[in-house]
Amino acid sequence: MTDLPDRQFGFRTRALHAGARPEPETGARAVPIFQTSSYVFEDPESAAAYFNLQEYGNTYSRIMNPTVAAFEERIANLEGGVGGVAFASGLAAQSATFFTLLSPGDHVVASRALYGGSITQLKHLFKKLSVELTFVDPDDPDEWDSATTEQTRLFFGETIGNPGGNVMDIERIAAVAHRHSIPLVMDNTFATPYLCRPIEWGADIVVHSATKFLGGHGTSIGGVVIDSGDFDWSNGKFAVIAEPSDAYHGLAFHETFGMYGFLMKLRSETLRDLGGCMSPFNAFLFLQGIETLPLRMDRHVSNALGIATWLDARSDVVSVSHPALHYRENAALLEKYLPNGAGAVFCFELEGGRSAGQNFIRKVQLFSHLANVGDAKSLIIHPASTTHRQLNNDELQAAGIAPGTIRLSIGIEDIDDLQWDLEQAFA
Amino acid sequence: MPKTIKYQDPATIQRVLRTSRSVAVVGLSANTLRASHFVGYYAQRHGYRIIPVNPREEEVLGQPCFNSLSDVGDAVDVVNVFRDPSAVPALAREAVAIGAKALWLQFGVISDEGAAIAADAGLDVVMDRCLKIEHARYMGRMHWLGLNTEVVTARRRIRR
Repeated sequence: MTDLPDRQFGFRTRALHAGARPEPETGARAVPIFQTSSYVFEDPESAAAYFNLQEYGNTYSRIMNPTVAAFEERIANLEGGVGGVAFASGLAAQSATFFTLLSPGDHVVASRALYGGSITQLKHLFKKLSVELTFVDPDDPDEWDSATTEQTRLFFGETIGNPGGNVMDIERIAAVAHRHSIPLVMDNTFATPYLCRPIEWGADIVVHSATKFLGGHGTSIGGVVIDSGDFDWSNGKFAVIAEPSDAYHGLAFHETFGMYGFLMKLRSETLRDLGGCMSPFNAFLFLQGIETLPLRMDRHVSNALGIATWLDARSDVVSVSHPALHYRENAALLEKYLPNGAGAVFCFELEGGRSAGQNFIRKVQLFSHLANVGDAKSLIIHPASTTHRQLNNDELQAAGIAPGTIRLSIGIEDIDDLQWDLEQAFA
Repeated sequence: MPKTIKYQDPATIQRVLRTSRSVAVVGLSANTLRASHFVGYYAQRHGYRIIPVNPREEEVLGQPCFNSLSDVGDAVDVVNVFRDPSAVPALAREAVAIGAKALWLQFGVISDEGAAIAADAGLDVVMDRCLKIEHARYMGRMHWLGLNTEVVTARRRIRR
């Protein structure tokens, strides 16, 4: 067998190929859907080696599956991480990350401009886990710093806030986290690794809802956690990773697996115990989606910028939250973190409040009224009565949402048709 | 991501893994939970002859332990080191003296001096890399656990 070439392939090439070597047994070129719950062991010694993590081997599809693994490796490769673990949803990926890193009495500092589901998850899940939480302004690194205590164990934010459009200064906030010897966890769902790779700016862990742009076709629910492999879990603050684990016959994950310590713990303990695994069929659909991620994202971001600019010029629109407009005064931030475009999800506020928002949604013909983003098809929703319904008025305001706010997820249709649809809804 | 430094050449790594048969593991622990034991167990399972070098053990992985590399006697292809970096220059000189073909320093075992001693004598040198992970990356099943092998290829792997 010849050696593999030492070449750094480009993003588009890796979006197609990473994680998807031809299947050796059959030669199948597409990644096969390994629709199996379990795997026959060669012999008792092999079975023991797999369960002891002494050998890379498949045991049970709650913990690993070859189709899911191809998806995990592809995203890890595109994000520049050392590996990934997939979950049944983006929120499952997040909760598993928190569950792995946090213990009762710990504290978390998080952006207050998160996806409503994440705000709810943090507020209520952490209460049940006896973890303290402080929300801070994502745009102000000093607030992150001053909110940090001896008990703080991680920072959590979104590359592009949902739906307010805040763009985090990842490098500065990662530096604050590292000064306190804690990791920065970034939700990179809205940017995707095509637009921004947080690990390159110092983030330690990246989480995704793959349901959105990665899958791209609104077919499947899934999530994934990527680790940079750079964080020192043996710095004294993360006994949960560094000390011998009761849940795995005394294994010290960081010492034994080094840069894979967090991921091995996440998979062989948290995924094993919480059980929120991704189905192989969903992984296959995500892999199909990611093949065209660069092509789709180019169209998503150009359509979104075109629609946002057009809305911004209208006298019956109060404001538009697209990052390119929101950060008009700070173009350097976008140029730094999002040089290929600032995503395709943004809000605009109608005059006339809640009823104006609801009337607008009744009139659209082409935009689909549903609670998702990142589909190839354009989507519309009224956050105050749906995705952010559990938030009180103060929280709504903090997340940049007014009663008349409409959230759009701009698809890859002809932009003239999208403009036509919105125009007739204004009438 | 691992930082690319000297002595991490993919072609060298693959050549060492493919052409070597015997691996002297310096600092191989009998404790099955230690990283050295994971690596030794894995390499033995994949057909390498493991020669434990550890004065504090009698036998590891069913093989008799030697006090030092010089005591081994048999041919050693790879000297695989799990020791403090300060021990590496002396080990490198021993590796050269016994005619080893490669010096492989595990994660964190970083010694430019030791690496240079071996390289100057014509040995292949790999540093701050794990033998198990590199084997699993190029020849094994690391991709089954969602780890980033960084391998991108449309060629079908031939099973042997």
